[in-house]
Amino acid sequence: MINGIWLGMILIGFVFAAVNGRMDAFTGAVFDGAKNGVTVSFGLISVLVFWLGIMKIAEDAGLLRTIARVLGPVVRFLFPDVPKGHPAIGYILSNMSANLLGLGNAATPMGIKAMQELQTLNPDKDTATPAMCTLLALNTASITLIPATLIAIRLNYGSADPAGIVGTTLAATLVATLAAVFADRLCRRLHLLRRPPGPPAARRSRTGGGTASPPPVAHSQAKG
Amino acid sequence: MYQMISLISTWAIPVMIAFIPLYAYARKVPVYESFVDGAKEGFGTAIAIIPHLVGMMVAISVFRASGALDYLMGFISPLLRGLGVPAEVLPLGLLRPLTGTGSLAYTTELIRVHGPDSLIGRIASTIQGSTDTTLYVLTVYFGAVGIRNGRYALKVGLFSDLVGFAAAIAVCLLVFG
Repeated sequence: MINGIWLGMILIGFVFAAVNGRMDAFTGAVFDGAKNGVTVSFGLISVLVFWLGIMKIAEDAGLLRTIARVLGPVVRFLFPDVPKGHPAIGYILSNMSANLLGLGNAATPMGIKAMQELQTLNPDKDTATPAMCTLLALNTASITLIPATLIAIRLNYGSADPAGIVGTTLAATLVATLAAVFADRLCRRLHLLRRPPGPPAARRSRTGGGTASPPPVAHSQAKG
Repeated sequence: MYQMISLISTWAIPVMIAFIPLYAYARKVPVYESFVDGAKEGFGTAIAIIPHLVGMMVAISVFRASGALDYLMGFISPLLRGLGVPAEVLPLGLLRPLTGTGSLAYTTELIRVHGPDSLIGRIASTIQGSTDTTLYVLTVYFGAVGIRNGRYALKVGLFSDLVGFAAAIAVCLLVFG
């Protein structure tokens, strides 16, 4: 689906640019977009470096494990395939609470770290596991108690009631999150029904063949 | 209630940054070394996201600059106007999952033109605040760990955006309409 959307946006963009006579704008947009992608990634460096450092302290102190033990049951319902006490649970919880408080620049590093932890449980490193899909669904819906940016903008434009949208936002975000969790569960079921272990195994044997372990070795050699 | 949550929001980060190292220090963790050790990963992770983000941003940027997005927005607006929904907010439904900055700019423009306390301003604020930019979240989170096949994640994300969009409009019409 992502392949289709990506190609579709570029091709439709090309056709519209041709019809509207905006070929120069098309070219400009390509390089603007590329620059934007790099700028955003670079903007992530500072928050990622800082928060991953703080979270490492929390992990070394055993804080994440404590959080995972106390609040684990909530996560277990949403992430049934993550083993009990796995560090991923601590990161997932940190990510969810940062989202809840509207701390966007703390939520992203913790979510990424949670993804990395989930990746260690993934047998097929190119393909998302159901747990990863659930984490993503929760983050795209992103339950937020206080939409701080919008309150600031509304205040800026002289709103008499800048926080008046807190209730409606909470209601909408709750509905969106419920829909995400529900759809995620449904897709997970359908996926299991439609694809019993057969095809993934076949795919793995096609790409890896009998040499299932050498690629990672080669990879780590190239890295180190 | 709002005051309390907003107080927690402003205190959360400073308290975490003070409390986590203190707790760790009390448990004999070499806090500074731990910090540096964890922070090291941050740079590589951000760099790993670049190809994914560049690819996605180029596609979105081209789609917008060519006029395709405007055409699509002009096409769907009349479809929903019949339901009593102000047509001005409808393009947000399309913009929100694609680009966070683009939809924030559009929301700000609506607030500026129609006023923050108008129905349009409130609906736009609610839509903007209630979901995150699905394509960005997907690109960054999967990009950071090198996932290429996201399975059904995009479908689920877009579906929840649509539900959130409809819920935002419905709730606002109910409360403020």
